[in-house]
Amino acid sequence: MAGASDLDVTYVARLARINLTEEEAHAFQRQLGDVLKYVEKLRQADVSHVEATAHALPIFNVFREDEPCDWFTAEQALSNAPRKANDLFIVPKVVE
Amino acid sequence: MTEKDLPALSIADLQSFLRRREVSAPEVIDALRARIEAVDGQIGAYLSLDIEAAAKEAEKANVNLPLGGVPVAIKDIINVMGQPCTCASKILEGYRATYDATVVQKLRAAGAIPFGKTNLDEFAMGSSTENSAMKLTRNPWALSRVPGGSSGGSAAAVAAGAAFGALGSDTGGSIRQPASLSGVVGFKPTYGRVSRFGLVAFASSLDQIGPLTKTVRDSALIMNAIAGHDPQDSTALNEPVPDYAAKLGDDLRGVRLGLPKEYMIEGIDPQVKGAIDAAVKQMNSLGAEIVDVSLPHTDYAVAVYYILATAEASANLARFDGVRYGYRAEDPRDMLDLYGRTREQGFGPEVKRRIILGTYVLSSGYYDAYYLRAQKVRELIRQDFVKAFEKVDALISPTSPVPAFKLGERTADPLQMYLADIFTIAGNLAGICGISVPCGFAEMEGHRLPIGLQLLGKPLDEARILQIAHAYEESTDWHKARPPIANAERKA
Repeated sequence: MAGASDLDVTYVARLARINLTEEEAHAFQRQLGDVLKYVEKLRQADVSHVEATAHALPIFNVFREDEPCDWFTAEQALSNAPRKANDLFIVPKVVE
Repeated sequence: MTEKDLPALSIADLQSFLRRREVSAPEVIDALRARIEAVDGQIGAYLSLDIEAAAKEAEKANVNLPLGGVPVAIKDIINVMGQPCTCASKILEGYRATYDATVVQKLRAAGAIPFGKTNLDEFAMGSSTENSAMKLTRNPWALSRVPGGSSGGSAAAVAAGAAFGALGSDTGGSIRQPASLSGVVGFKPTYGRVSRFGLVAFASSLDQIGPLTKTVRDSALIMNAIAGHDPQDSTALNEPVPDYAAKLGDDLRGVRLGLPKEYMIEGIDPQVKGAIDAAVKQMNSLGAEIVDVSLPHTDYAVAVYYILATAEASANLARFDGVRYGYRAEDPRDMLDLYGRTREQGFGPEVKRRIILGTYVLSSGYYDAYYLRAQKVRELIRQDFVKAFEKVDALISPTSPVPAFKLGERTADPLQMYLADIFTIAGNLAGICGISVPCGFAEMEGHRLPIGLQLLGKPLDEARILQIAHAYEESTDWHKARPPIANAERKA
């Protein structure tokens, strides 16, 4: 397991699309450093013969017929939009 | 029965009054509203109330349905059509749900009336409800202390008689721990027993909805309404649902209860330990056989949890980007600026911390060391329980190592707060069911603080766990105790 010092909070926050103030970055660096140090104990567990579980109970592929049903209207889907027009979400320009 | 005394009733007793026509469903709503007005200024359990909608439902209530005319409070992370669903986050301020969660549909079908949205730690991330961006919730037993979390609003409302019953969600103990700290019953079903459709996702492989109530029977009644398969949630198990309430009543003869030796850790408050020891003795005297068992990988549970839960959260909370709903930062220059500032301003510190940690443990180069390794240790923890349940019907432990702590006491140190869930987290990792029931009080600084006993059961063995908890509850008076705020108000 990598050492806790590898964590660069500012870089990871950028990956997660969260701007941080310098103060926050500083505090999180210390607090998450503590947490990463704590989870280092997992290194001691012998997992050489273990398959990873994704879910606690044996759930296999669950299928149903792909049938159309009544769902949200465009109006409902847009009812909480911060900006909208012509049945569309409005966002800043993406392509120059 | 005066209107003032109504809110103290259990759901089962309320139903008797309703069915004998000694009280009407609209009168129940009036009494509950009066009660909330009297106490919630001090407790702060509710984030929103729509009395008008509830009163309208009450007018046409059919009291002969399983939960006919019974108001049920809903943790504000579960969608109720037309109501806010803030998740106690600024990023969802002003949001109105456009649909009912499956559990809410099922409650309505059983005749219940969704009534009020309760406070929580932001996106259910926390153990004290102090991470709410909306308001502080106080413990009805001691207003200077936390109600537990993350379903702290639901627990405090039930404890203060400001709700007959409530729904919460439990990802690492968020139903059981606040139930324990607030002195009510809290039940976490097996992963997949109850549909998560309409529950805003925190950690999808761990989240589960369940009831917080005054009695075990009330939890069984709510489980009867909400359990079962749902075509909208592929993880909702397609298994028959027994009548949980009808199965209550057996005694403890022939029941085998396990005491995990790894749960006898340092750091358990002596008064908590004393109460659990007394409860074990009591259950033994009721006929249960007590067996020592071992869960050897217990010490890894909190570490596994904070890798897996944050990893899943970092993916689930990517949807809050200021585009389709919720808060959006002003005047974004471009998309990256919109995302970055919306999430900076919309999320509180604990949510940011967890998203960053989750993003890190999933990032290239660290995935195997953290995420994959944690998944494997999770399997070891699950196998511990499988082996233990070969010997016993249920496991006993404290729900929380300590009674309610003071507001502000643990907020500065996230790791300390994480360790508050040490006995409950493994149950979520293993996907099993568990309950917290009141089992005594700790005397601290002039307060009587509730203590909770946790029972953990096999996957889909909810009926057995409820039955054992009920037999214990029937032999004690702990669940009948009401916090000072209830008595003071009633005398007034």
